[in-house]
Amino acid sequence: MYAPAPPTPARASRIRQRVTPYALLLLPCALVILALGYPMARQLVMSFQEFGMAQQFGQPPEWVGLDNYLSILSDSYFWVVTGRTLIFTAGAAGATMIIGVGLAVLMQRVSSAVRVTLQLTLIFAWATPVIAAVAIWRLMVDHRHGVVNDVLAGIGLSGFQGFHWLQANTFTFLLVGAVVVIWASTPLVALATYAALTQVDDEVLEAAQLDGADLARTLWHVVLPIIKPVLILLAILQVIWDLRVFPQIYSLQQGAGSTSETNLLGTYIYHTGVGGGSYGMASALAMIMLLLLIILTWRYVRILSRQGDLT
Amino acid sequence: MSIAAGARRRRLLPNLLALGIAGIWLFPIFWMINVSLQPSGAIHISGITALPFDFTPDAYLGVLQDSSFWNSLQMSLRVSLLAVGVALFSATLAAVALSRFRFRGRAAMVVTVLIVQMIPAEALFISQYRMLSGWDLVNTVLGLSLLYVGTVMPFIVWMLKGFVDSIPADLEESAMVEGCSRTGAFFRVTFPLLGPGLVATGVFGFLVSWNEFTLALVILSSGGNVTLPVWLQSFQEGQTGTDWAGVMAGSALIAVPVLILFTIVQKRMASGMVAGAVKG
Repeated sequence: MYAPAPPTPARASRIRQRVTPYALLLLPCALVILALGYPMARQLVMSFQEFGMAQQFGQPPEWVGLDNYLSILSDSYFWVVTGRTLIFTAGAAGATMIIGVGLAVLMQRVSSAVRVTLQLTLIFAWATPVIAAVAIWRLMVDHRHGVVNDVLAGIGLSGFQGFHWLQANTFTFLLVGAVVVIWASTPLVALATYAALTQVDDEVLEAAQLDGADLARTLWHVVLPIIKPVLILLAILQVIWDLRVFPQIYSLQQGAGSTSETNLLGTYIYHTGVGGGSYGMASALAMIMLLLLIILTWRYVRILSRQGDLT
Repeated sequence: MSIAAGARRRRLLPNLLALGIAGIWLFPIFWMINVSLQPSGAIHISGITALPFDFTPDAYLGVLQDSSFWNSLQMSLRVSLLAVGVALFSATLAAVALSRFRFRGRAAMVVTVLIVQMIPAEALFISQYRMLSGWDLVNTVLGLSLLYVGTVMPFIVWMLKGFVDSIPADLEESAMVEGCSRTGAFFRVTFPLLGPGLVATGVFGFLVSWNEFTLALVILSSGGNVTLPVWLQSFQEGQTGTDWAGVMAGSALIAVPVLILFTIVQKRMASGMVAGAVKG
């Protein structure tokens, strides 16, 4: 029996070099697995189980295979909520992108004092805690004391005197929700797009102008391709944020008539799981929402994977 | 002279438009402050008036005398500081590994960071709640902080990696030539330069935890102390014939510190957020 030769200093340091990155990643990975990975796996398992009366008295949940998924997919209310969520997401994310990019282009054309004023204003809206923002907007559209109705009535639309935005119908409720979301998320789009625009080389723009391109064509053919990666990232982030929207809708629902008329996927999962105790159904719903997210953002993930190879 | 005047005239319309939009965007915040300074009974009698009027700090005093506000403030501070401390420490380790070492699985790791960042709390809270309740961590600072660590970690790693990338590795190498160990070189050379990045990232993580509502609502559901956003929500619901001045004063007390902090660090955040996309 013989002991292995003691590692030479050079070899020891090479081994250490090879092991160090994994050692450094140990703690952060463990924490993320604990907080996100394990619940994710557990949720997948729960989505195949049923939690009923017996489980409240400590019985282990019952395996039901795909039953949860089947009953969700055959429930017409699920499709109503999903359709509503998709329309809400398209509207809110679309409006956020259009207004945000418009503001970024506008910021390039104003004097610097005005630009700083606008940027500061946007930062304030961006930073406002979401529950405070919803509280403010709930007051502003309040049917008795709301300034929105006062202004609308003031310009001659007297039908809005005492109009109850949150209880009138699903559309006006979601319109308020969308406005809260757009107000808070446009600033990031505007500021990030403006930052990307300032990276576009002046010489490229001058060359385009010398070639006789007008503003619209310069923007479309020269500027857009350069800032496209930023725009795609921002658009995908908006889709993710708006599809899973929860605090705004939950808080507005407290002032609305019925939750079933106003549910989006986020609040539907909450009311099913936390309110109703149907953990299995709620887990299956959440998995379906995740799947929807993956389908909608697949392109972005592929772009990121390519970047991951490069960086 | 005439060129400058022409430029000014060409800018007049965009300037007015931009100021108009700034006014619209600022209005809700102005309205919050405005309403919070009204005498609370007056809103129901004569409606809301706009500044200037003889304002009163009554609504603020009302909130500040409410012990549930102070309990929630304490809860928010404890949860946010614990989450940020743990996340910042471990994210620094990850950022150094991803930025300073080339190892098998590194590219996959970078992609994983970006993908995990997209997982919304709204898609996981049911099983996160079940997990914490199994460990008796529901309604605790520790349980909620753990979930916040998971929420902010990917983004913090991503931002910090950008900051470490921007500090040349040559500096460390020359310190090692001078006789420093690798660890010593990192702590003496890179770590001090990383300071501003750590502060900006830490503030960001703090604000996310401070503002978070969904998980706080689910995890702190059964009575006891809650964080400020949940407090504000129940304060609003607890009123019969909503005390708008009080609610707006509460909103302002939560929002104003955030506005100040955020304004200071936002430049680094916006650039950190899009850095990856611009590089690609």
